[in-house]
Amino acid sequence: MSSTVAPLRPDDRPPLNLTGKKSRQRSEEVIKYALIACALVTLLTTVGIIGVLLFEAAKFFAEVPIWDFLSGTTWTPLFAGSQQEFGVLPLVMGTLMTSLVAACISLPLGLAAAIYLSEFASERARSILKPVLEVLAGVPTIVYGFFALTFITPVILEPLFPNIGTFNGLSAGIAIGIMAMPTVASLSEDALRAVPRSLREAAYGLGATKFEATARVVVPAAISGIVASFILAISRAIGETMIVAVAAGQSPAGQSGASNSVFDLMNSMQTMTGFIAYTFSSDVARDSVAFYSLLGVGLLLFIMTFGMNLASQWVTRKYREEYE
Amino acid sequence: MSDTLTMTMNPTESSTHLESNHDAVVKIPGISAQAFQQVQKSTTKKNSVLELKDLNVHYGNFHAVNNVNLSIPEKSITAFIGPSGCGKSTVLRCINRMNDLIPSARVDGEILYHGQDVNARGVDPVEVRRRIGMVFQRPNPFPKSIYENVAWGARINGYKGNFDELVEASLVRAALWDEVKDKLKESGLGLSGGQQQRLCIARALATNPDVILLDEPASALDPISTLKIEDLLRELESEYTIVIVTHNMQQAARVSDQTVFYSLNENRQGILVESGPTQKMFTRPDDPRTEGYISGRFG
Amino acid sequence: MSLDAKSTGLATSVYSPRIGTRQFIGKVWRWIFFGSTALAIVLLGLLLWSIIEPGWSWLSWNLIANPPSRIAEKAGMNPAIWGSLWIVLGSGIGAFVVGLGTAIYLEEYAAKGRFNDFIQTNIANLAGVPSIVYGLLGLLVFVDLLHMGRSLIAGCLTMALLILPVVVISSREAIRAVPSSLREASYGLGATRWQTIWHHVLPAAFPGVLTGIILAMSRAIGETAPLLVVGGASQVLWKPDGLFSTFMVMPLQIYNWTGRPQEEFEHLAAAAIIVLMIILLLMNSVAIGLRQHFSKKARW
Repeated sequence: MSSTVAPLRPDDRPPLNLTGKKSRQRSEEVIKYALIACALVTLLTTVGIIGVLLFEAAKFFAEVPIWDFLSGTTWTPLFAGSQQEFGVLPLVMGTLMTSLVAACISLPLGLAAAIYLSEFASERARSILKPVLEVLAGVPTIVYGFFALTFITPVILEPLFPNIGTFNGLSAGIAIGIMAMPTVASLSEDALRAVPRSLREAAYGLGATKFEATARVVVPAAISGIVASFILAISRAIGETMIVAVAAGQSPAGQSGASNSVFDLMNSMQTMTGFIAYTFSSDVARDSVAFYSLLGVGLLLFIMTFGMNLASQWVTRKYREEYE
Repeated sequence: MSDTLTMTMNPTESSTHLESNHDAVVKIPGISAQAFQQVQKSTTKKNSVLELKDLNVHYGNFHAVNNVNLSIPEKSITAFIGPSGCGKSTVLRCINRMNDLIPSARVDGEILYHGQDVNARGVDPVEVRRRIGMVFQRPNPFPKSIYENVAWGARINGYKGNFDELVEASLVRAALWDEVKDKLKESGLGLSGGQQQRLCIARALATNPDVILLDEPASALDPISTLKIEDLLRELESEYTIVIVTHNMQQAARVSDQTVFYSLNENRQGILVESGPTQKMFTRPDDPRTEGYISGRFG
Repeated sequence: MSLDAKSTGLATSVYSPRIGTRQFIGKVWRWIFFGSTALAIVLLGLLLWSIIEPGWSWLSWNLIANPPSRIAEKAGMNPAIWGSLWIVLGSGIGAFVVGLGTAIYLEEYAAKGRFNDFIQTNIANLAGVPSIVYGLLGLLVFVDLLHMGRSLIAGCLTMALLILPVVVISSREAIRAVPSSLREASYGLGATRWQTIWHHVLPAAFPGVLTGIILAMSRAIGETAPLLVVGGASQVLWKPDGLFSTFMVMPLQIYNWTGRPQEEFEHLAAAAIIVLMIILLLMNSVAIGLRQHFSKKARW
């Protein structure tokens, strides 16, 4: 091997020292700690949320006993004097009722869409339907709020229920359901697609029809993923703010004057998130009990959604190994 | 592949060679004695660059390599052979601490490189890998230009010289220069598999290593490319210490000065069975397991 | 013969497969599944119609160039457009730096173990925290505790935290998709961990990271609740002139107009939604375009 270019000289190397350059190692360490610092930001966020909510909510619970808060049935924080009451149940009911409506829409529709996309749809159908679901998932929630207020209530619900109020829990619930449906569809579809082919073939081999194979074999096999997607969708429904702020009204359920029932979806039905948003759009004094009450509500909201998120992760983790 | 090789041999020459040197010869299909390296070369006493002492490797609870002791002389080619799963690649990857990248791996024992344990406290694996380069099973050029592929390793290692010269010298040495000199700016991924592998060798040479480890470098290549790589290794032998893992016994016979045979013990742990000059290993191995493997009775 | 069949338990009379009925049931369900999915198209169509129908005629230069006003014909959302731009850029940059850093740490440095699992669980949980709770965090920490006031910077930081989990998750996926052979090649040449990451892993992962960050930014541009809490709902008449200036964003402006009794403002809100949706569409097209452009280029 003769070449005219300068040869590499493997023998011409410095005395053997394998400890490496200190400066390089130091800069590697610095970078590592900078990256750890980044990772800690996510931890700090959680600590910050919990810490700040607990700390500030404590000021509220110093004024209003926690039991009165949790069991009281009248929520009038913005009233004056003796009329001011901090029973959170009407708000919780508002949240639960709108979320229930949303679940009734998003869970079956989302699951059906997931089954169709994963088991039945042709490539062509998928290439149209999948982007439509993605667009629906990307629409800002304020737009769904607008849709509920200006379309669902007057155009769809009023002909069916002539007595329905301009602001009502039903339209908000429906809009949240439409918003949450793509979440269910996409997560459930992932779960269905993860079911191994061999399982479907086993069912077909026994003479099952496509529907039987899907309903009796594939869906049960993917049930943990499906349940997890349901829980996440409900959690999103509980935490949704702008739809209810726009469409569900600003009186807690049963306190709108038009109705005394906390189950009445036809009339104004303020939710926990709706109350927080409303307080900020109406400039409440920052050091009033009314202001601190919203931190109590925020804490309760956080606990509810956090619990559901943990539950969803637990469900996926617990049953995940089955087909791997 | 072996047919290609035997056909190019001169049959008379090979038979005289055999008769003059040995009495009893293990029959290896497709290998003639000519394929071996010159005997004189491997018998010359050389300093050992690497010494492995009581090397044990665990992956989690699995004892993958059991007590390997080995000495690798400088400026020679050492082949690791053995059935798959016998730990030969694992041993190779320990030498330049690539096993550090596998979190569950634990390496015990000593790997002395010029007398220094590469696993000792204070040793920087980066420094070790700079001196002990590696070429992998599948060609893995960077998604960069051919020029950058070669220059990058030298650049991060603080090379101060002329990069154009370095790139050319490395590519010439890797027997790739004539094929790529007009397209140095094109992506390394556009080359054929064999060219990519030679590019990877050129890339390793450019960092000015002392030892080059090759982990089945030809297993993903066609026979012609394989022969080119083998020729190249024999060229490099005069200046570098080369360790090559191979599945292909003919390849070991063709290129290496000494051969190390690994196998599995009854607990599925990788063990070193026997090592020695290649010609001896392929003709008169001491251990019946080596003979069995080489003559195709096992593995 | 019937006796023989009976003794083996395979008499055909014991089975009644009713194939026809079962196939029919299957067909009915197939249509139910299809109908549910197709309903999404109908809903999207209705949603778009409910916005375009009232809003189309209100699209005007005034809307983009003018500040808000009590007179609907003159009202615009110029400050809100600027505010959204600032918020999206600021939070995007913040989340990009911290999120990519976190993703690199988790994928390339952290040993698989409890701490890693813990951070991972934590990030998944953060992704599920209601956005209004982030608003409360921003209000109490950035606005009050750090004395930033109801300013642009407080809004940016709050939004950055909100989209951080999305950025981390998508960046991790992009980094994980980089083949390990590339890392091995780099380490084998004596590169340090950071040299390997900076020169090889990040360039290869970049398209995926970029797509993730754009999608996160398009989430930030549509978010309303946290900025309602941090920034307040009062009208802002000027575009932000610095990090500590007050701000307004497009969705908040829409919320503000939606809440007014006059019908003209409802139409104006619809027109503003059209503008917002067009911007969102552009951002998503850029993300999709980038993904396709790079997926054609990079090959291993």
